[in-house]
Amino acid sequence: MLGTGILKGLYITAKNLVGSYYSSERLTTIQYPEQRAQLPENYRNFPFLVYDGEDAIDGLRCTACKMCEKECPPQCIYIIPERDEKGKLQKKPKVFDIDISVCMGCGICAEVCPFESIKMDHHFEVAQRNRFAGLLLHREQLAKSNKYYHSIRPKEATAVDESLAEEKRKAEEKAKAAAAAKEAAAKAAAAKAADAAKAKTDDLEEKKN
Amino acid sequence: MSLSEPIPGSTIRAVHDDFHGDLLEVSMGPHHPSTHGVFRMIVTLDGEVVVKLKPVFGYLHRNHEKLAENNAYLASIPYTDRLDYLCSLTNNWAYVHAVEKLSGIEVPERAEYLRVILGELTRLINHCCLVGFLLNDLGTSFTPLLYSLRERERMLDMIEALTGSRMMCNFMRFGGLRTDVSSEWLAQLKTYLDTTFARYLDEQDALLTGNEILLARTQGVGVLKSDLAINAGITGPMLRASGINYDIRKVDKYSIYDRFDFRVPLGDHSDTYDRYMMRMLEMHESVKIIQQAIKDIPEGPFIDPKAKNRGLRPKAGEAYARIEGPKGEIGFHLISDGTGNPYRYRVRPPSLINLTVLEDMCLGQTLADTVIILGSVDIVLGEVDR
Amino acid sequence: MSASSESILEAFPLTIRDWLASVVPLDWLQWLILSLIGIVAILTVFGLTFAFTTVTERKLLGRFQNRLGPNRVRIFGIRVFGFFQPFADAVKALTKEDIVPAAADKVLHFLAPCAMVAFSLLGFAVLPFGKHLSLLSNIDAALLYFFAAGAASELAIFMAGWSSNNKFSLISSMRALAQLISYELPLLLVAVPAVLMAGSLSLTGIVVNQGGDLGILNWNVFTPWGFAGFIIFFIAALAECNRCPFDLPEGESEIIAGYLTEYSGFKYALFFMGEYFGMMSLSGLGVTLFLGGWQAPCAALAFIPSYLWFYAKLIVMILCFIWMRATLLRLRMDQLMRLSWKFLVPLALVNLGTVTFWKYTADWEGGMLVARWLIAIALVILPFISLGKVLSSGLGPRKYRYA
Repeated sequence: MLGTGILKGLYITAKNLVGSYYSSERLTTIQYPEQRAQLPENYRNFPFLVYDGEDAIDGLRCTACKMCEKECPPQCIYIIPERDEKGKLQKKPKVFDIDISVCMGCGICAEVCPFESIKMDHHFEVAQRNRFAGLLLHREQLAKSNKYYHSIRPKEATAVDESLAEEKRKAEEKAKAAAAAKEAAAKAAAAKAADAAKAKTDDLEEKKN
Repeated sequence: MSLSEPIPGSTIRAVHDDFHGDLLEVSMGPHHPSTHGVFRMIVTLDGEVVVKLKPVFGYLHRNHEKLAENNAYLASIPYTDRLDYLCSLTNNWAYVHAVEKLSGIEVPERAEYLRVILGELTRLINHCCLVGFLLNDLGTSFTPLLYSLRERERMLDMIEALTGSRMMCNFMRFGGLRTDVSSEWLAQLKTYLDTTFARYLDEQDALLTGNEILLARTQGVGVLKSDLAINAGITGPMLRASGINYDIRKVDKYSIYDRFDFRVPLGDHSDTYDRYMMRMLEMHESVKIIQQAIKDIPEGPFIDPKAKNRGLRPKAGEAYARIEGPKGEIGFHLISDGTGNPYRYRVRPPSLINLTVLEDMCLGQTLADTVIILGSVDIVLGEVDR
Repeated sequence: MSASSESILEAFPLTIRDWLASVVPLDWLQWLILSLIGIVAILTVFGLTFAFTTVTERKLLGRFQNRLGPNRVRIFGIRVFGFFQPFADAVKALTKEDIVPAAADKVLHFLAPCAMVAFSLLGFAVLPFGKHLSLLSNIDAALLYFFAAGAASELAIFMAGWSSNNKFSLISSMRALAQLISYELPLLLVAVPAVLMAGSLSLTGIVVNQGGDLGILNWNVFTPWGFAGFIIFFIAALAECNRCPFDLPEGESEIIAGYLTEYSGFKYALFFMGEYFGMMSLSGLGVTLFLGGWQAPCAALAFIPSYLWFYAKLIVMILCFIWMRATLLRLRMDQLMRLSWKFLVPLALVNLGTVTFWKYTADWEGGMLVARWLIAIALVILPFISLGKVLSSGLGPRKYRYA
């Protein structure tokens, strides 16, 4: 009382004034455009599409299943699947747009994607002069290589690669098994056919006789 | 109001019978440095003394409840982040708690511990902010606020490393959490709370708690009588500052709060200083809870693997779940009709309900007091207006 | 003290002035030139001090708050820690649109900032900046002039608040009037002891009275009454300059920016300038009355010219103002008035008694000297504690119970 509280306060601010010159504990400022804070791996802002290989569009993992479009809380994803000349659905997006002026970066799309295709980006300097067209990102702008994905989220990307490889291996095995089964079935069918043919000829021969 | 009438609830005799002046109606807000967002108070002043105060809100209304009624259960979690945007994790928690109750999902032990840690961390963040902004309303030139924000930044850095976002965490899921929490992260949090944050609390105490001007400005200002507080449904630190022992962590013992040793501070004077001190003291208790939780946390799954998040369709019924948020009781009332989105979704926002007694606290106080009383209520307009 | 260094450095500004004036042959013109040079010198020195005080304040506040403060402005690629900030600010203030509210009283709205700067500059006329440096050193009632001139800035603030036709501005100007008038009184009352001791209303006389063989110990602040007087003076000066913790007229969190709400561009900058000039002249008065004015703290340091000593003390005062701002919070209007009328004014009145006692016991020696000090200290401390106890009764840190 009687001013002692104020004196104590003055002492604390003086301590902070002096401390800010030598203690990084106190002075935590980072001067942004020149210095940049290290973003944690988990950091997320807007989604992007991962592609494998060299070609951004051909290599897209996206199969246009529309799962993210359905689950997106603010409904900012717009997908039209590719169709071939006959109108048959291809497992590729013809249009994949994300309106990042609407997107709230919640990451639910990345969470629900069954093909590890849509992931959350680290790139945050997305300011545009054109607020409508400039913020509507198309397939071409969204597609980023798996290498880039590895560079921003090494741990997660490695895990994803492993699980994809595992899946691929399983799928291949399955396909092999299926092929083998098919072959076996074909063989069996051929044998049956041969048998049948033989039986037929036998029949005929018998008739002849 | 006639000039010679006494002001209801007034402690200062403002109107003199032999002096007839005009009342001055001042519109504070929606754009005002101290209304913490887009809140408006139409204040009628006699000199500097408030004789009438009409709060106006709704400038930040975003259709939160209706949006949620048209969204899948999962899709509402990121929207709850945006209710009280300073403490998104407790909002997440209250909402997933309600959905878990509605659809009978069990939460694994480890997830409960992590929820408690994150919830208490959110309380620290919120109280840091509150103390800083309240002191800014009191006229400091940003000094205590920036000390508080410095610590808040550090905690947000940690939350960012864990959830990917500083404020819009979107981290809780039905039956647990979105990802697991590493032991390094927990160790880092523990070190931080033991060293840097402890020093911050001591410094803040030394800087302000005994400051004569702070005492003169806040003691006896904005008294909220305990019976009025109960009748108005006030919850949280504001209710406890009025001397009512009501902390949902103790009353409901939800989650695993019965396993921790912590105390609930209570105020005897029901004024702004008590409300300020409640927050300071609660920060100490929250630190204690986090430390105990980090010590005891078991290994195990962070989410119930059987819990369905995507395409959840609870059977028809209703549930109300509440937790002790940093600002008070935050509750969600959900009615399901068996479809993929709730039939009715209702938030019980502590900020809004605590704000209802603003006029009662401000009458008879001066204009300068209204801003600190408003500051001590601790509102976030995202939650008030939804 | 070496006579040669005294004569060269001490009289250096005068030499330059006389040389400049001597260019003009006419006598009456010479007089005009002499005055003008003084005015220009004060405007330049304190104008630059104002500019760099603003940036120093921002940088120091930043450091007090654990951040960097402004450090970006550069001229021709040179950054100098952001000390070019005031020039950038000036360009910005000059080029910004000047918005006058449609309902404002246009003439008064324009006049208020001009009046603010003009009145706040008047005080500099009588301050003794150095042994030989003062614009109107021969005024005998310099102190009276200073207070008379200083009080006028209230008018400017009220003009601004009234003419803006804004409710916040009006509340602010009412606050400013009440505040400034009630703090004039303690400010005047604590100046009286210095006058009593010096036996003169002339500021130069008061400074000369604080000189002597003891050096720093001769300063008024190192006597019981002087110390008490200096503290009261400092508090009242904070209030006079509308500085934190008495920045109620601007009260950002309550009334937006008070009387400045409707001002923009260079008019706003003028108010800013006026406030800082006021702060500097009041600090200068404080230095003159209590901190020995231009006297060096000891004879060994007297080779540094007196005007530099004055300036250094002034800067220290201003830094203390900034430190206060970094720490304290704002008082409420009624508390502000109570502090003045129930605390500072009685203490200042008691201080008059103390100084009288001090003056009439000047010849006490030995044991009596100790008694003189003890009695004087008691005369200062006892009223402070008893008044403080009465005024702060019921306030204090509390113990809390836990459920």
